[in-house]
Amino acid sequence: MTVNELANKSVQYRRNILKYIMGAKAGHTGGSLSCIDILNVLYNNVLNISPETAKSATRDRYIQSKGHTVEALYVVLADKGFFPESDLETLCQYKSHYIGHPTKKVAGVEQNTGSLGHGLPLSVGTAISAKLDELPFRVFTLMGDGELPEGSNWEAALLASHYKLDNLCAIVDKNTLQISGPTADVCSTDPLDKKFEAFGWAVRQVDGHDFQALTEAFDALPFEPGKPSLIIANTIKGKGISYMENQLKWHHGVPDKEQYEQALAELTIAGKE
Amino acid sequence: MGDVSTVVDKKALPNTSLANLDVFSSTLQELAATDRHILAVTSDSRGSGKLVPFGQKFPKQIVEIGIAEQNLVGVAAGLASTGKKVFAVSPACFLTARSFEQIKTDVAYSNNPVKLVGISAGVSYGALGSTHHSLHDFAALRAVHNLIIIAPADNFETEQAIRLAAELEHPIYLRFGKKPMPLLSEDNKQFEFGKGRVVNEGDDLVLIATGETVYPALQAARQLEAVQGIRATVISMHTIKPLDYALLATVAGKGCPILTVEEHSVFGGLGEACASFLMQNGFRNRFSIMAIPDEYTVTGSQVEIFNHYGLSESGIMAKALSLLDK
Repeated sequence: MTVNELANKSVQYRRNILKYIMGAKAGHTGGSLSCIDILNVLYNNVLNISPETAKSATRDRYIQSKGHTVEALYVVLADKGFFPESDLETLCQYKSHYIGHPTKKVAGVEQNTGSLGHGLPLSVGTAISAKLDELPFRVFTLMGDGELPEGSNWEAALLASHYKLDNLCAIVDKNTLQISGPTADVCSTDPLDKKFEAFGWAVRQVDGHDFQALTEAFDALPFEPGKPSLIIANTIKGKGISYMENQLKWHHGVPDKEQYEQALAELTIAGKE
Repeated sequence: MGDVSTVVDKKALPNTSLANLDVFSSTLQELAATDRHILAVTSDSRGSGKLVPFGQKFPKQIVEIGIAEQNLVGVAAGLASTGKKVFAVSPACFLTARSFEQIKTDVAYSNNPVKLVGISAGVSYGALGSTHHSLHDFAALRAVHNLIIIAPADNFETEQAIRLAAELEHPIYLRFGKKPMPLLSEDNKQFEFGKGRVVNEGDDLVLIATGETVYPALQAARQLEAVQGIRATVISMHTIKPLDYALLATVAGKGCPILTVEEHSVFGGLGEACASFLMQNGFRNRFSIMAIPDEYTVTGSQVEIFNHYGLSESGIMAKALSLLDK
């Protein structure tokens, strides 16, 4: 997709994220809005994944480590045709398959996640398998900056470089806020690039809302042959909705009708720009 | 309890007996020779898992993780998701405690069919102490949905369990000790997950044991018959979950006392699983659980610890007689 097409998609995705979170009266709004542009570029310009290739041995794998922003993943999977968008009207409802974290019961979801620090080890195992069988697929995982203190991430980061997994790309949605406050105050992970480089990774930083920059970064994979790649995507929590941006309460805040209408109005203007 | 079984253990072990762990290793090698998807995944545990020859023969079918058990299980789940037949091998104490959440989430909940192999289980590490004992694993893992739990007693059960596990696309926990184990029975060569294996028959008493406690239970049954004329049914309950409720109901229906024996905490293991079923289904047999009490175990070898807590031929005999009011 072109940058303009991607921009229009993100307007649609943001509208749907808010719509279904409001319907469910639950959801991780701020983080879904910070990572949606990354998912948009991945699913529309990078991954060779579609409902038709969902079981293919050579499909790329996307594993969402920050499972709590599942609303972003669900709206993209619906748009890609994995299931009817109307299914999301049951999000978090009694007996629905569409629970508040990724589940393989939902078409297109590769792994059940939700507990943090699991996506990278799962992705490393998947990438090792591709290397063993000399299969061409790539593995992508999306982490939040708030989940990086989980020790399992660093166990996996070590092993990824040990096995020279240049078919692995981790993306950190660095929106700098977590449930208790700024990530820098809770448990700072900076300088993140230096830490991953010390672990043997090739690292790039991009504006996580810049479709051109994201596309170019993904096009450049692997950043170095023989090394796993890390994209630090600098993002804004609540991106796109003025009253949500960088506001901690929107970590899992749910818009009321009036807030939703205002958000739609802002998105409509953004779509016309 | 007396110290008789230290002597009994030595005389009872034929030279041909192998540790179940050795049988695991040789069976896995055999399977790997014809199936390139068989993988051993280790956490610096290829030596303790007897997998050095496996690694030499099949260097592309062993994945070393390093000492990082959470990562061991997470990576194993990722590998299994691509169709690999993954045996993740690590000391049971670390595999089931350090990696508990990965077992719950990445293996069981995500239904990635990893075969988790807990080596040197129970008190196999003896005097190395409580850090190295796994007396919690049945209890912890029984509460995890979508996980089969297997503790083979002898070399036959071990080989069968590995072969079945390799072909079954389901999360499984397999628990092995490292002591040589004699064959329980030449007659009963039936092995099926979820079906207890009856290795001795009698109507006076039922002994239900699992893993390395089945052999002393069987020896106790033989002594009870030889000395007292008491005939006991002995079951190797190799599958802790799903438990063989049909067999339990059948043997409980005899009305005789039931004694369970396990190398595990008294809490949450085989004994309590049996008790729960029996009580909820109206069986009122006299019933007792032999296991490790709720304490940090006495220092000693596995045999010494077994003897100390009565998980020995003489200890099981004494408990059985008391249950029979004799």
